[in-house]
Amino acid sequence: MAPALEEFQARIDREERIEPQDWMPEGYRRTLVRQISQHAHSEVIGMQPEGGWISQAPSLERKVILLAKVQDEGGHGLYLYGAAETLGVSRDEMIDAMHTGKAKYSSIFNYPALTWGDVGAIGWLVDSAAIVNQVPLQRCSYGPYARAMMRICKEESFHQRQGYDIMLALARGSAAQREMAQDALNRWWWPTLMMFGPPDADSIHSSQSFAWKIKRYGNDELRQKFIDQAVPQAEVLGLKIPDDDLQWDAATGHYRIGAIDWDEFQQVVSGNGPCSRQRLAHHRQVQEDGAWVREAVAAHAAKHQAGGDGLKADAHNPASAQEGGADAAV
Amino acid sequence: MSLLPAVVALGDDALVLGQRLSEWCGKAPLLEEEMAMANTALDFLGRARLYYGYANTLGGRDEDGYAFHRDAREYTNLLLFELPGADFAAATARQFLVDAFDELHSAELANSADATLADIGGKAHKEATYHRRHSAAWMVRLGDGTDESRRRMQQALEDVWGYRQELFVNAPAEQPLVEQDILPDRAGLRAAWQEAVAATLTQATLTMPAAGWAVKGGRQGIHTEHLGVMLAELQHLSRSHPGAKW
Repeated sequence: MAPALEEFQARIDREERIEPQDWMPEGYRRTLVRQISQHAHSEVIGMQPEGGWISQAPSLERKVILLAKVQDEGGHGLYLYGAAETLGVSRDEMIDAMHTGKAKYSSIFNYPALTWGDVGAIGWLVDSAAIVNQVPLQRCSYGPYARAMMRICKEESFHQRQGYDIMLALARGSAAQREMAQDALNRWWWPTLMMFGPPDADSIHSSQSFAWKIKRYGNDELRQKFIDQAVPQAEVLGLKIPDDDLQWDAATGHYRIGAIDWDEFQQVVSGNGPCSRQRLAHHRQVQEDGAWVREAVAAHAAKHQAGGDGLKADAHNPASAQEGGADAAV
Repeated sequence: MSLLPAVVALGDDALVLGQRLSEWCGKAPLLEEEMAMANTALDFLGRARLYYGYANTLGGRDEDGYAFHRDAREYTNLLLFELPGADFAAATARQFLVDAFDELHSAELANSADATLADIGGKAHKEATYHRRHSAAWMVRLGDGTDESRRRMQQALEDVWGYRQELFVNAPAEQPLVEQDILPDRAGLRAAWQEAVAATLTQATLTMPAAGWAVKGGRQGIHTEHLGVMLAELQHLSRSHPGAKW
């Protein structure tokens, strides 16, 4: 091993954080750009299925909570794009890579949000799964990513609660509302399990990521942790997990599930999910529709160099946006 | 006696614009602006809930009763607030005209003889000052940006201009409250508004449209054709499950 590489690995082994100005192997940088940008895209694309329900929310209280929640997702996207930018890649390049299919986003957002029950199920299941995935990332060896994850995890637990709270209200509601909740669980359960990625034996990115402490737990272990949390929560709701093979295994202290349809996962990951084309087309359309605005911002800034950063002073303030969101959601 | 409809009307203004702004979620030209628009939407929706909550204590319905269980003809918001604003220039032009008005209106409402309205006015004023700064900055950036952005902003301004007149009319239900210093005198805000708008348009290198036309009717429930469609989306789920708790 080259001396620089040896020293780099030694730092990681000592649990030191790697910072943007530090030397790092190209593979480490590439892996992080791939993972962080995929994560950022997931936050932003993930605004679509829930965002479509803000205008239709069934009460004003639910409307403002959902809007604040979806706004948070955008904020997460901003932190994460920021973290990835420290690795020398621009937001435009990352978005381009998504549009051309080189960069992915979480497969879960390629499923449609058909009812208000889906808004509950996404918050409950998808955000729970995200938390299980993200908590260990707070200790990721790359400093900016780890710090972004600390902020994100705090907000995700509020998101998960709002989702579960929607499910609870539906489960305690009319027969039609209970049906809405069960139907949503039926459709979101298996795709949520797939969010953790393929079984460890088939995971192509894992071993080096473990050595670099980008990843600390295997896909199967995280998936199991999620299942063990979610099954009792479904029981409290009085809803049935759509898996006839689901059973408690007293010997291991874990729930055992039936077979996951990995062919479906492969289809969705390769861009053939029910909403894959729709999600990307929407994102592209928004980028195109906004191009004249971004050009005007740049032109205005160029004309008024001295005071031309009004946009940043004004709009580029995710911290205050987050506060507003949290206020409204209380 | 006329306080209840006047309070509901202010709630309606806030609700329909909050709904319009929230429609931008996932569609803004910059992620940063997405956050800002959601913030503004949350401020307006929050304001709607304050007004409806007050209306409820005056013997009116609860907030969801107002939002979800009235038809378009029963809504009394001003037309400016309900316009689709479906492209960023239209949304920005409308927002700026509203914000410039709100900043003045809320400052006076904060001194209302009615303590609850004064509280709401005080809170709204803090928000409106920020909103106006934000939307005025966009007017300047887009007006004084590229040729295309100037053309789009000027057109958006022309298209929305005739809807400004309603802002300065005291509806029959509001007139006695104006005389009791409970509501600001809208007619009296026109000169200051005109001046504030003119200053920003000058900076934005935009031309103030001709005074010519005016569309009115919101306070009487005579709306644009857009409101019914917006309410269909806003209300369908709630109305499909009468009596349900969410």
